[in-house]
Amino acid sequence: MLNAADIDTLWLTFKVASIATVLMLLVGTPLAWWLVRSQSRWKGICNALVALPLVLPPSVLGFYLLILMGPQGVVGRITTELGLGTLPFTFAGLIVASVLYSLPFVVQPLQAAFAAIGERPLEAAATLRASPVDTFFSVVVPLARHGFLTATILGFAHTVGEFGVVLMVGGNIPDKTRVVSVQIYNHVEALEYEQAHWLAGGLLLFSFTILLFMYGVLKTPVTSQSFK
Amino acid sequence: MTENIHATFKLNYGAFQLDVDLHLPNSGITVLFGASGSGKTTLLRCIAGLQHAPHGFLTINGQVWQDSARGVFLPTHKRTLGYVFQEASLFTHLTVTENLQFGLKRIGKSTAGEALPPILDLLGIEHLLKRMPENLSGGEKQRVAIARALALNPDLLLMDEPLAALDSKRKQEILPFLSRLHQTLKIPVLYVTHSQQEVAQLSDFLVVMAEGKAIAAGSLSETLSRLDVPLVQERDAVTVWQGKIKAHEVAYHLTSIDFAGITLSLPAMDASIGSPVRVQIFARDVSIVKEKPQATSILNVLPAVITALADAQAGQTVVQVQVGGQMLLAHITQKSAVLLALQVGMGVYVQIKGTSILN
Repeated sequence: MLNAADIDTLWLTFKVASIATVLMLLVGTPLAWWLVRSQSRWKGICNALVALPLVLPPSVLGFYLLILMGPQGVVGRITTELGLGTLPFTFAGLIVASVLYSLPFVVQPLQAAFAAIGERPLEAAATLRASPVDTFFSVVVPLARHGFLTATILGFAHTVGEFGVVLMVGGNIPDKTRVVSVQIYNHVEALEYEQAHWLAGGLLLFSFTILLFMYGVLKTPVTSQSFK
Repeated sequence: MTENIHATFKLNYGAFQLDVDLHLPNSGITVLFGASGSGKTTLLRCIAGLQHAPHGFLTINGQVWQDSARGVFLPTHKRTLGYVFQEASLFTHLTVTENLQFGLKRIGKSTAGEALPPILDLLGIEHLLKRMPENLSGGEKQRVAIARALALNPDLLLMDEPLAALDSKRKQEILPFLSRLHQTLKIPVLYVTHSQQEVAQLSDFLVVMAEGKAIAAGSLSETLSRLDVPLVQERDAVTVWQGKIKAHEVAYHLTSIDFAGITLSLPAMDASIGSPVRVQIFARDVSIVKEKPQATSILNVLPAVITALADAQAGQTVVQVQVGGQMLLAHITQKSAVLLALQVGMGVYVQIKGTSILN
């Protein structure tokens, strides 16, 4: 069965994934909206940057984050100046890494949902005296609700499932950065297969359930909530 | 005529240029008529602020909505307009009632206000209020969309081919509503269409667009009878007269209608004396005689003066005549025009063989 340390890692994983998901939605929503609406020539570059974690080995992202956030890195110097210390091997650092790593899983469903809405509802809202901000909350968000649900689920699940970046940036510190995926690694290294089975099986079930929900219940993860 | 809408726009998309300078009345229905690609929808979108013409000047009843020279451009949501798109464009996540309330909430009025009930009644949509848009027919959706725009009691109602996406049956379902709207509401309407039927049935003021320019603008009868406007050359060229019912000749199943001093006898109509009538007269149904016919089966023979002549296609001549205060077009053969030696200024008689009543 699960021991106390395992329970701690589960709780920590849940905390990391929840906080990261909230942050990703806060950052990802305006970012996705901008990527859909903007005519800017920076759009291509931004799209590519957001999607990078999809193709990069987590160790590459982790390596650069370590350098950036370390004492000699740009981010590290700023955080030190601000009296926050350096972020690697801290809970905050883990959150930053998780957000960057899982962001495409939030941004892309939102982008698809926003694009599916099209121009017309926004124009109709404008002719009915709704300001752009008002339109976003009263028309875009409800019409893109499936996109938000998909983004939340994928962002959360993907954060739970990360390993490489966590190990590089977070390390393996109990109660601070030791999440489930790392704990499974620890158990396997220590040949504690039974413990590993419980956690690994749990993650498998969790991930499968979520995907089943998305494809089975929601049918189309990002529906074309197009305008009729 | 009070001309309280002034719209000037210049816009260059390379292949397409819009260049208009229009003074439009602030009452009745003004139709922007033209083939697709003529710029009528672009003009409407510029007026709504949905498209930002780099050079533009637009005032509605003294309010400046755009003045590029002074850097003024009011965003769409600050313009007191209503807009009906070609597709109803209802919000699919809201019920019909919520759609109707969307704009009202934002101008601080609730449905409890007196604005909505007469509009629901006019458009016949009371029974649809609780439904979602996906459960409405195309015609019902468009009626809700019209009601949604009207509910705000806008200073200007813009309609972009509101019937074009509907089949002819649905069109016939909505046209009477639009005609009624026209008679009951004081809101000026700018109505974009490429349908000559809608022009004849709805417009008071007509702007003909071609290649991004307004090639003619004026009252309906004035513009329809202008010989330099392409639709006049075509086989279904038409003039529209607006008059009032004068008397019913019950014994003959006829109704006489007065058009500012001229009287036409038409098949009996079920409408009370004094009510307004629109009559459309196709140019091909009008013939010209030099002397007053002594005995003819045609009831409507009127004295007229030729005001212009032009050659149309395939051996046809279009003759523009003035009948009392009304303009009328006649399509005759070029041979007849030569044999009768028709000339501008000549007094003749027109025989109107048929008419159709529009409302």
